[in-house]
Amino acid sequence: MPGLIGKKIGMTSVFSAEGKNVPCTVIEAGPCVVTQVKTAETDGYAAVQLAFDEKREKSTTKPQQGHFQKAGTTPKAKLVEFKDFENEFKLGDVVSVDIIEEDTFVDVTGLSKGKGFQGVVKRHGFGGVGGQTHGQHNRGRAPGSLGASSFPSRVFKGMRMAGRTGGDRVKVENLRVLKVIPENNLILVKGSVPGANGSYLIIEM
Amino acid sequence: MNLMKVAEEAFNTGVEVPEFGAGDTVSVHYKIKEGTKERVQVFRGVVIQVKGSGAGKRFTVRKMSGNVGVERIFPINSPFIEKVELNRRGKVRRARIYYFRDLTGKKARIKEKRV
Repeated sequence: MPGLIGKKIGMTSVFSAEGKNVPCTVIEAGPCVVTQVKTAETDGYAAVQLAFDEKREKSTTKPQQGHFQKAGTTPKAKLVEFKDFENEFKLGDVVSVDIIEEDTFVDVTGLSKGKGFQGVVKRHGFGGVGGQTHGQHNRGRAPGSLGASSFPSRVFKGMRMAGRTGGDRVKVENLRVLKVIPENNLILVKGSVPGANGSYLIIEM
Repeated sequence: MNLMKVAEEAFNTGVEVPEFGAGDTVSVHYKIKEGTKERVQVFRGVVIQVKGSGAGKRFTVRKMSGNVGVERIFPINSPFIEKVELNRRGKVRRARIYYFRDLTGKKARIKEKRV
């Protein structure tokens, strides 16, 4: 899908036309520079590689510096490939936020906040024991049984247990675009998006 | 945070609200919908507190309706607020005058602030 690379700025709430208080996320989207155009002849598939956010030349590797020089831009921090753009692009073209229209829906992908080692209640939404009495000593948030007994005599693969939570790539679909502010490259979408403030996001139309 | 402000200002209602704080007496003119009709009602009372900042800023107004205290919380950026009038500046020592709720009769008076 065509899209843009962005950065999560933060959350706020705004009043809609009907007077409802709507939670929304502010995203700085673009401007992105085209750094590579892939075609079916040369790469086997058609795609456009976009780059976003400034990066110091000192912390850019030599091969990457060459890659950015070819497109005629300064080094960028985040590179993402997008497919199915309608118009044709050349190296060094700028894609900005005005390809997103107000009152349409977008999908936003990001890296969710890391939560560390968490139990099954937080990690998988288990209900917990559900009571404090009837002999429940200290197992209010325990996972319960892992399976049957002598048959199968083992725990099935993929059994949901405690472990590292968060830090996953998460896509949230169909977020309504409440407002586009082209002067500051901002979009406001209804609801929340994955990740901490300042983290990179992929916005797809 | 600069970009946050830009985003919040894009939704400003354009209603100029005077600066006020706890202890001040204000009249809030707010629109209410009755079926299809819309009319303006005035809520006049003492500001108990101003809470929050930016787009989420809101204030609590307390008035005595008969001998029952009525409090309303208004978001400053609410599209239903038509205007806010500052009627009287009060002299109080606190930013949140919760003690005012317990005062009745002659004690429930706030001295006017001299500017």
